[in-house]
Amino acid sequence: MLKLDNVSTFYGKIQALHHVSLEINRGEILTLIGANGAGKTTLMMTICGTPRAQSGHIVFDGRPIQQMKTSDIMRQGLAVVPEGRHIFSAMTVEENLLMGSFFRSRNEAAAQLDHVLTLFPRLKERFNQRGGTMSGGEQQMLAIGRALMSQPRLLLLDEPSLGLAPLVIQQIFEIIERLREEGVTIFLVEQNAHQALRIADRGYVLENGSIVMSGSGDALLNDDNVRKAYLGG
Amino acid sequence: MHRAIFPALFAAGVTFLLTCLVVGIRLEQEGASLTVVGADAETWGWIAFAVIGVFLVQLLQQPLQRLRQRLPTADITGLLPNEMLLHRLKPWLIALVVSGLLVWPFMVSRGAVDLATLTLIYVMLGLGLNIVVGFAGLLDLGYVAFYAVGAYTYALLSEYYGLSFWMSLPLAGLLAAVFGCLLGFPVLRLRGDYLAIVTLGFGEIIRILLNNWTSLTGGPNGIGGIDKPSLFGLEFSRRASEGSQTFHEFFDIDYSSGHKVIFLYLVAVLLVLLTIYIINRIQRMPLGRAWEALREDEIACRSLGLNPTVIKLSAFTLGASFAGFAGCFFAARQGFISPESFTFIESAIILAIVVLGGMGSQMGVICAAIAMTILPELAREFQEYRMLMFGGVMVLMMLWRPQGLLPMKRPHLELKTS
Ligand SMILES: Nc1ncnc2c1ncn2[C@@H]1O[C@H](COP(=O)(O)OP(=O)(O)OP(=O)(O)O)[C@@H](O)[C@H]1O
Ligand SMILES: [Mg+2]
Repeated sequence: MLKLDNVSTFYGKIQALHHVSLEINRGEILTLIGANGAGKTTLMMTICGTPRAQSGHIVFDGRPIQQMKTSDIMRQGLAVVPEGRHIFSAMTVEENLLMGSFFRSRNEAAAQLDHVLTLFPRLKERFNQRGGTMSGGEQQMLAIGRALMSQPRLLLLDEPSLGLAPLVIQQIFEIIERLREEGVTIFLVEQNAHQALRIADRGYVLENGSIVMSGSGDALLNDDNVRKAYLGG
Repeated sequence: MHRAIFPALFAAGVTFLLTCLVVGIRLEQEGASLTVVGADAETWGWIAFAVIGVFLVQLLQQPLQRLRQRLPTADITGLLPNEMLLHRLKPWLIALVVSGLLVWPFMVSRGAVDLATLTLIYVMLGLGLNIVVGFAGLLDLGYVAFYAVGAYTYALLSEYYGLSFWMSLPLAGLLAAVFGCLLGFPVLRLRGDYLAIVTLGFGEIIRILLNNWTSLTGGPNGIGGIDKPSLFGLEFSRRASEGSQTFHEFFDIDYSSGHKVIFLYLVAVLLVLLTIYIINRIQRMPLGRAWEALREDEIACRSLGLNPTVIKLSAFTLGASFAGFAGCFFAARQGFISPESFTFIESAIILAIVVLGGMGSQMGVICAAIAMTILPELAREFQEYRMLMFGGVMVLMMLWRPQGLLPMKRPHLELKTS
């Protein structure tokens, strides 16, 4: 579905990604793990076009997207939940969600709104609350819900568990699995390697801007090197 | 109390130094040489009064503040009837206000109507800038440039091509919008302070250009004899120009210069109503939501597929076009324009209107525009202290209601499903 081929990204002179190649298949959960500063966020945002890949190819659904404008890429059927949520804090939950379906018709938006609210009953309870006054977990749900409002085929999630309590993380991961059942392909970047790999079909390990390992979720979970580096022994 | 004494002494010392230098001593010319002359006893008395005043206020700051906290804070919004009622009354209120606006000029003096017209110009400018600063959150310090573009568009079109006001009005808005777009392109990657400085520079460039392009704009001498607007071809002058008719002849009434003033006022009302209507509509359209989203979080906007460049550019362009309309009307009302009318202080006043009114709030902007034009007029008797009072009022305002007169209440957007 999405294919990165030999992608390199630079911040000025600093190279953040070194010839990264990676493939996401339709209907799977793909997890990317790596230490702080490994370049996970960079990789995800390179797919979205900011920063732009300096070399290599990015193909989404058979269409090269590495030269497209970010705003155009984001309308191709992929959605991103950026690191740090970035919800609109002065807008209500409802308005936040509707911003997600900005390019959809009213009817589509209404249908998708119902769907998102059944996925996140919590958001329904808080429907008229301002985004900024919600708890961290609720904000994360809102961010995911907002991304889903555009009915994406591919959802990119950057550390959805950041700063959340274990129970809330559990809920979020359950929802991610449920999305897969509904046919949404998911690219998940996580620090929380254990849980992320457990639900993942496949995983990649990123180190200093290069992919150093890949395999099925279980294989990575049981790999000695991965255990040592990311799962605490 | 003990801790307050040193800052208080310091503040008093600064006050003393400043007042001494400004009013305490004077340079006077005696023959060829300058001598320093001390002020008279009365002035020194005032200086002492000021120094002691500053000292006491600083010293007693904490007790005063505690007192202030105990005072009830003014909450204008609380005085308004509740939302349901307001919603039901809204059409009637609007009708009442509009008819009041239309009837009112026939009952008051010419000067008052004239002042009201000026106020309406500022309302229009405030509303236009409110799009850029209040809605989209882009700080624009050179807004007056678009006002100038609008004014000069009409002045030049009327002078060189004899175009009428009504013909020039859309052209002025269009040209100002083009300028807004032109300025927008290079500056959109800038944010905050940088954007402010570049727009400030742009405002000055336009003014200096108008000042120096003497062959076209007449330079500092400006352009005079600009035609007033006409009512479906009827002029408001004493004698009709060739091939047209005057208002008083057509209706067979006595000529009165008051007609013209009232007519200009009515045109201004019309333009302001139109502005409010258009902006209200846009605010409820997706574009309005996009502005708001952009002001809040640019990264989020980008990740949702919105194009920040287009959104910012639209805010700039639209805001500029309203300044263009206002400028065109201004030129018609004055009959004479020169670059002097478009200095930085105008931009500052318009920005002050937006900030005082409560960024993004249209009602607030209107109230602030009224206050900002009428207060200086009322304070005319105080002559040179006018600007001082003006500054004082601004400082008090910011202490009293830092969020502006009527802070923005965002229209609630609902998804209507049938
Ligand atoms: N805008 C930027 N300018 C310069 N360098 C950057 C920029 N953004 C990221 N970097 C650098 O690129 C490298 C990768 O950063 P990135 O944010 O992708 O890491 P990450 O894997 O997401 O880390 P974390 O798990 O902490 O979020 C880091 O060394 C970082 O300092
Ligand atoms: Mg990251």
